[in-house]
Amino acid sequence: MQITLSINGEKHEADVEPRFLLVHLIRDILRLTGTHIGCDTTHCGACTVLLDGRPVKSCTMFAVQARGKEIMTVEGLEQNGKLHPLQEGFMAEHGLQCGYCTPGMLMTSHAFLKTHPTPTEEDIRRAISGNLCRCTGYVNIVKAIQYAAAKLRG
Amino acid sequence: MIPAAFEYHAPGSIGEATALLVKFGDEAKVLSGGQSLIPLMKLRLAGPRHLVDINGIPDLAYIREADGFLRIGALTRESELEESDLVRTRYPLLHDTCQVIADPLVRNLATIGGNLAHGDPANDHPATMLALGAEVVAIGRKGERRIPIASFFTGPFATALGPDEILVEVRVPIPPPRSGGAYLKLERKVGDFATAAVAVQLALGANGACEQVGIGLTNVGLTPIKAGQAEAALKGKRPDDKAIQRAAQLAADASQPSEDLRGPVEYKKDLVRVLTARALKRALERAGGR
Ligand SMILES: Cc1cc2nc3c(=O)[nH]c(=O)nc-3n(C[C@H](O)[C@H](O)[C@H](O)COP(=O)(O)OP(=O)(O)OC[C@H]3O[C@@H](n4cnc5c(N)ncnc54)[C@H](O)[C@@H]3O)c2cc1C
Ligand code: FES
Ligand code: FES
Repeated sequence: MQITLSINGEKHEADVEPRFLLVHLIRDILRLTGTHIGCDTTHCGACTVLLDGRPVKSCTMFAVQARGKEIMTVEGLEQNGKLHPLQEGFMAEHGLQCGYCTPGMLMTSHAFLKTHPTPTEEDIRRAISGNLCRCTGYVNIVKAIQYAAAKLRG
Repeated sequence: MIPAAFEYHAPGSIGEATALLVKFGDEAKVLSGGQSLIPLMKLRLAGPRHLVDINGIPDLAYIREADGFLRIGALTRESELEESDLVRTRYPLLHDTCQVIADPLVRNLATIGGNLAHGDPANDHPATMLALGAEVVAIGRKGERRIPIASFFTGPFATALGPDEILVEVRVPIPPPRSGGAYLKLERKVGDFATAAVAVQLALGANGACEQVGIGLTNVGLTPIKAGQAEAALKGKRPDDKAIQRAAQLAADASQPSEDLRGPVEYKKDLVRVLTARALKRALERAGGR
């Protein structure tokens, strides 16, 4: 099936079988490998992308369902060679160790901060509760998101 | 994991969708949020030859009060329920429920229609809808019909929906004044199904007695359970501590859990007792009865 969709503001066309998952379109056809596959069973959130601004698990959606939609992946965060405040925050606060969960964490928190500019720690923990991290224990991830929230507030 | 091949259909109306279901019968499945169906297809536990994607059908996602009911379109996402002021302020039981379903990412896609149509006794909306005395509206080959929720769940992963029918709306009767509800769920972690969960909805009369009582149980049987005897024990009575303890015990008696990784039978039954008592107390507070 021929589909058109927008990824990080750029229009893409692809010919995909209906059973092809969105994450495979993103990684294997479009070669945007920042989006990860962790569990492949809808549990971990490593595959999180924004679908019309909302974080969803791209391993649990067919590529054909994204036709005509606006997708944002982690590659869309950096602008003109400048890291996004969230990316900066994850560096500054040591919000990652192996980094496997990080693209998903970034996408979820990016959508979250748009609607919650001054979140409490509890708000943040709740927002990222669908993204699993096996390394950090989450403490520094929360700090990284707080760092970005402060920076975005200016 | 990539599912087995299927043919994808994206009807633009309910009429087109039911025509496809009629045409393909058992070989077709409706695709709503996909958060239960796609994982099953990836594991090849489900292998429909035809998928009828209803996401492109207009006007199937809404939350509004009309004609004595809270009417919720089948395609309404859990996150939309969670963010709805109407649900938060007027339907605390439903507000409690949608917040503890799966995780925030799944909730952005999962729909209330899919949650009920899946017929999974571990899902959370069924018990809540049993407690609320809801009904579902289905459209099929023969037109529209209304199905009381108490006769909707016919077996494990089985519902009263015919193969040609699409669930289009959930209707919750607008509760009378002095009503309250609560959903209490014990889960091992975010995103886990309930070890056990209890939904309670009640309405108090002028004398403080329970005029209406609904109690539903999650994941403690082959289907969602309506705890009818527990409800009857409270109806017309003042919900004092003794009456609450008795109803809680009757709810535990009505549960039929099986042992699994979440715990043994006795533990789950006792959990139903404790959660029922607590949910009744919270519902009572919210109804302004305490
Ligand atoms: C990690 C994870 C954790 C979860 N935890 C919970 C939880 O704690 N509690 C909970 O309640 N749920 C949980 N779920 C399930 C989730 O809420 C499901 O998405 C939901 O039960 C099904 O809704 P859906 O819209 O995704 O339906 P789909 O997956 O699209 O469909 C499910 C079934 O219902 C049928 N169907 C769907 N819509 C209709 C319709 N309108 N008419 C007729 N048939 C229809 C489909 O054909 C299919 O058989 C979890 C899911 C995941 C992946
Ligand atoms: S890879 Fe999608 S949720 Fe784990
Ligand atoms: S940094 Fe390793 S999983 Fe999160």
